[in-house]
Amino acid sequence: MSNERKIPSPVPHPETQAYWDAAQQGKLLVRHCRACDEAHHYPREICPFCWSNETEWIEAKGEAEIYSFSTMRVGPAPYTLAYVTLAEGPSMMTNIVDCDPSQLTIGQKVKVVFRPCDDGKLAPMFTP
Amino acid sequence: MSVRDKAYIVGVYEHPTRKADHLSVAQLHAQVAKGAIEDAGLSPSDIDGYFCAGDAPGLGTMSMGEYLGLNLRHVDSTETGGSAPIVHVHHAAQAIALGKCNVALVTLAGRPRAAGAALQLRPPDPDAPELQFERLYGPATQNGYAMCARRHMYEFGTTSEQLAWIKVAASHHAQHNPNAMLRNVVTVEEVVNSPMVSDPLHRLDCCVISDGGGAIIVARPEIAASLKRPKVKIRGMGEALKHGMGGKVDLTYSAARMSGPVAFAEAGLTPADVKYVSLYDSFTVTVLFQLEDLGFCKKGEGGKFVSDGNLISGIGKLPFNTDGGGLCNNHPANRGGMTKMIEAVRQLRGEAHPAVQVKNCDIALANGIGGSLAARHIAGTCIMERV
Repeated sequence: MSNERKIPSPVPHPETQAYWDAAQQGKLLVRHCRACDEAHHYPREICPFCWSNETEWIEAKGEAEIYSFSTMRVGPAPYTLAYVTLAEGPSMMTNIVDCDPSQLTIGQKVKVVFRPCDDGKLAPMFTP
Repeated sequence: MSVRDKAYIVGVYEHPTRKADHLSVAQLHAQVAKGAIEDAGLSPSDIDGYFCAGDAPGLGTMSMGEYLGLNLRHVDSTETGGSAPIVHVHHAAQAIALGKCNVALVTLAGRPRAAGAALQLRPPDPDAPELQFERLYGPATQNGYAMCARRHMYEFGTTSEQLAWIKVAASHHAQHNPNAMLRNVVTVEEVVNSPMVSDPLHRLDCCVISDGGGAIIVARPEIAASLKRPKVKIRGMGEALKHGMGGKVDLTYSAARMSGPVAFAEAGLTPADVKYVSLYDSFTVTVLFQLEDLGFCKKGEGGKFVSDGNLISGIGKLPFNTDGGGLCNNHPANRGGMTKMIEAVRQLRGEAHPAVQVKNCDIALANGIGGSLAARHIAGTCIMERV
């Protein structure tokens, strides 16, 4: 246990409960605005681009490219923090897992996987 | 309405401690306030405006205003992280220009080192909307800035050796500062061979963790004119927010790209007029971003700009952080904005260490980035003139 990084479980808000419920089913949701046809992340009820309430959940394909990443070397165990850009448009913060960090590159294709937090709740992460 | 020529920095004080084992946070704030008001040659009863951020204990201006026995008619606890003291000076100048106060006190202080809590003193706010989408992934400060550095390297070919030059320059300055935590001059090789913290940032790319603090007194021109200290006038100021833009993430620039032009326009000056810069150096890469975003070089050319000692006083074209900065001197309360303002004022007064004093330093700029370069942050830019 002591050589594992702590992964605090996310605490959903009413606005984001569906996102985390879907993650438990192995689905990644993205919030899309019908008014301006833009997807955004993190998800909000009111679109951050046009302030319309006409937002909806769409299921992401789970395909992304690495925008940037860094592997933390201090602490109990190395882990890789990243921004990945989803096929649907938005970039999101995540971890790249099940990989050799020294082989990662910006622009590399990755796909979503779901990994447990400390309390077992699943969260979206990405892998090459 | 502009703050240009409407306010002067009449007093500054930097706490000499770097590890405050036997001082409370309130004591530190009070000691720097006392130091600054004495530096100005004013009395505590002259203070009618007070500005402090989240590093102040309790309810900020309320708790510390009581502790200090202040009579206030203007208060401002704006929280922008490490840029807060610069934003506070901006707001103080605005309040003075509007006649809302005459003499404003700004304090910053903390003891994260003595408390053994390096980067987070308070638990995260569960109501923060971003928290559930970030915290589980482990966004420590270092790896966020490292992602910015990596993207900059990817887009512009910036190298670790170029970033190292920023630390080298800071160390050249720190050797002359008896209070600095790290006084040894280091080389590019020593920086890039220091342990990797979060790639591509090494240990010597990171600022120190220290206790301490500082304070600033801002006053209206008529009061400044009555005082004996060298006159430092505010020429122009800017502040700006940059964030994740709903997922349109761009890690190649900072909010200084927006705050800088506002400050230069208000000052009626350009980067070529600036003789000295104080740039919040949480990491080497933070300095690189600010130099580009403030217009001291083109975007993507920061690596070349900082190389070969260009930031070293007496050697390079743009001396920076002549106290050693956060990289070598101190980083009180995990916030770099206060000490950036103070060293800029020292340079304009001609009171920097003689070995690093910039000749004919009439225009100086201080810039801070508060929050995270890799996520939401607020930049504050202050351009000052010795008159």
